[in-house]
Amino acid sequence: MANANREPFENKFVEWVDSRLPVFTMIQKEYGVFPTPKNFNYFWNFGALAMVMLVTMIASGVILAMHYTPNAALAFNSVERITRDVNYGWLLRYLHMNGASMFFIAVYIHIFRGLYYGSYKQPRELLWIFGIIIFLLMMATAFMGYTLPWSQMSGWGATVITSLFSAIPLVGEGLVTWLWGGFSVDNPTLNRFFALHYLLPFLICAVVGLHVWALHVVGSNNPTGIDPKGPQDTLPFNPYYTIKDMFGLSIFLIAYAFLIFYAPTLLTHQDHFVPFNPMVTPAHIVPEWYFLPFYAILRSITFDFTIYLIVAGAAGAVLIYNYCWRKTPCEKTKPFFPALIAVAVIFGIPAVLLAFFKDVEALKGIIGMIPFAGVHLIEAKLGGVLAMFGSILLLAVLPWLDRHPVRSGRYRPWYRVALIAFVASAVLLGYIGAKPAEQPFITIGQLATLYYFGFLLVIVPWLSHNEPVAVLPNSIHEAVLAEKK
Amino acid sequence: MTDHTLPDNPARRDFLYLTTGAVAAVGAGVTGWSFIDTMNPAADTLALATTEVNISSIQPGQSVVVTWQGKPVFVRRRTPEEIKSAQDVNVSELRDPQTDAQRVQAGKEEWLVVVGICTHLGCVPLGAKPNEPKGEFGGWFCPCHGSVYDTAGRIRKGPAPTNLHVPPYNFTSDTVIKIG
Repeated sequence: MANANREPFENKFVEWVDSRLPVFTMIQKEYGVFPTPKNFNYFWNFGALAMVMLVTMIASGVILAMHYTPNAALAFNSVERITRDVNYGWLLRYLHMNGASMFFIAVYIHIFRGLYYGSYKQPRELLWIFGIIIFLLMMATAFMGYTLPWSQMSGWGATVITSLFSAIPLVGEGLVTWLWGGFSVDNPTLNRFFALHYLLPFLICAVVGLHVWALHVVGSNNPTGIDPKGPQDTLPFNPYYTIKDMFGLSIFLIAYAFLIFYAPTLLTHQDHFVPFNPMVTPAHIVPEWYFLPFYAILRSITFDFTIYLIVAGAAGAVLIYNYCWRKTPCEKTKPFFPALIAVAVIFGIPAVLLAFFKDVEALKGIIGMIPFAGVHLIEAKLGGVLAMFGSILLLAVLPWLDRHPVRSGRYRPWYRVALIAFVASAVLLGYIGAKPAEQPFITIGQLATLYYFGFLLVIVPWLSHNEPVAVLPNSIHEAVLAEKK
Repeated sequence: MTDHTLPDNPARRDFLYLTTGAVAAVGAGVTGWSFIDTMNPAADTLALATTEVNISSIQPGQSVVVTWQGKPVFVRRRTPEEIKSAQDVNVSELRDPQTDAQRVQAGKEEWLVVVGICTHLGCVPLGAKPNEPKGEFGGWFCPCHGSVYDTAGRIRKGPAPTNLHVPPYNFTSDTVIKIG
């Protein structure tokens, strides 16, 4: 491809290879002299850190697979044998176990970086979507890896998560039997989860390849969100960012090593060290910490979507579309707005009573009088599953929800505040996800879920048209000089 | 050259392309189905589809847990009070309205047989053993997300959408139940 305008290398061997397959030219172009914005902060380390974790997980995982037995009768003991008897097996296991946590830490910070500095915006939409796909694949891989030790937490976690699919109307039950390969989580389930746990990381590698390829086409974003305008705005990737990444990696590896050597089981649960018993459910089934916010969203939908909720929601959606998504409300439908508001309120009151106040003694008389209270289109279980998957899939369409012309949160004071609150709601959901499903945690979780979706579906679209556009620096160079003063 | 660029009968060419494509698509679909169907329960898994339980030693108020298709099944011999409390419920107030008679076999009201898997997300509810909490309706209590079942295994409170599933079973004699 690039053969025509290739610079010859001095080293004869390198030149021999490069004239046949220009890998050295490619490395030189993409990682040597690659022009990179000169104002990266340490948030820009985390893509590289995630890459290091992916390689670490595959390397340690392949070795562990040489000692592991994917059979319901033998799996638990084979993992214990790895920890106790296999040479350095304990190290490999803890590298892999805690590596998953470190991988998710790196990826969550990487995603936050993208959100804060607007890295998802034009022209990086596809790059962002590849990122979300990687995140979904990571979640699937981590979940299946979690079942492999065949502990109480493994087996019951697998049962709860696969049972989510039974919420799908008509085909749900058959789908779950198909996933299990039987009528419960058993040996066939373990076998296929092992096969898929081994396969998916290589798919992740492929999508990471696309992610990096797309990055090298459109170039990196930077803390100002302004495109580089010339050589004064950029630095060659090597040595400037290779060194900066190495420094960040050193700090990151210290944290990783601390977990492995001083607190290898800090982020896991005691029930992970008890063999799976399909007849007894442990008292608390909790997913790993990195799934907790989504688990909390799942559990927040404790109510059926009654006809009242659907009608009020539809009327509300039309109003939100007109006042938040559109710059100005549609003139043709505007005369109907008072009627829509009336519908939203009239249907909203019974909807809220049925959804949230069913157990309040004082209101039981009024709630009992609501007709068609039992008629619903989506039951709570399906609603929870849709909300959980929706919370991730909505992130994929963020480039189209956010139309504001300014990229970086640095110059978007309103978005910045709303985003920090969004991150806080996600952290709060993580806390709620680890708590039992009782009050006050249910209500707090529901409010946090409301904000999570409100941010993505109402606040961000509204800000697109209403947040003032700040005066941006003329160039990255100018912004850097202004900071120095 | 001109002879080859345009076929004599374009409709005939289109027909051949489409039928060839259709046969290839059906072939790929059929082959693909075998890949998908291998993941369904295998013959030996299906062969374990029935379980026989001897119920002669179960006292009123006791229950046993047996395994059927890899799942726990609760076989409970109900006391007269438990039967009465299950029958006295106003069915229209239930989330999954079923009378007690629909959940047991006529003449065998003493025996309740339900799959011991919470219909919410598949945990095993507590209440089969004497020292376990039975929940406020005297049946079962699921520790995972707080679903409460009554003495007919019906959902009364919490997130589960339906009653505990009643498996197909029959009494092969007065003391033996065959589940499945």
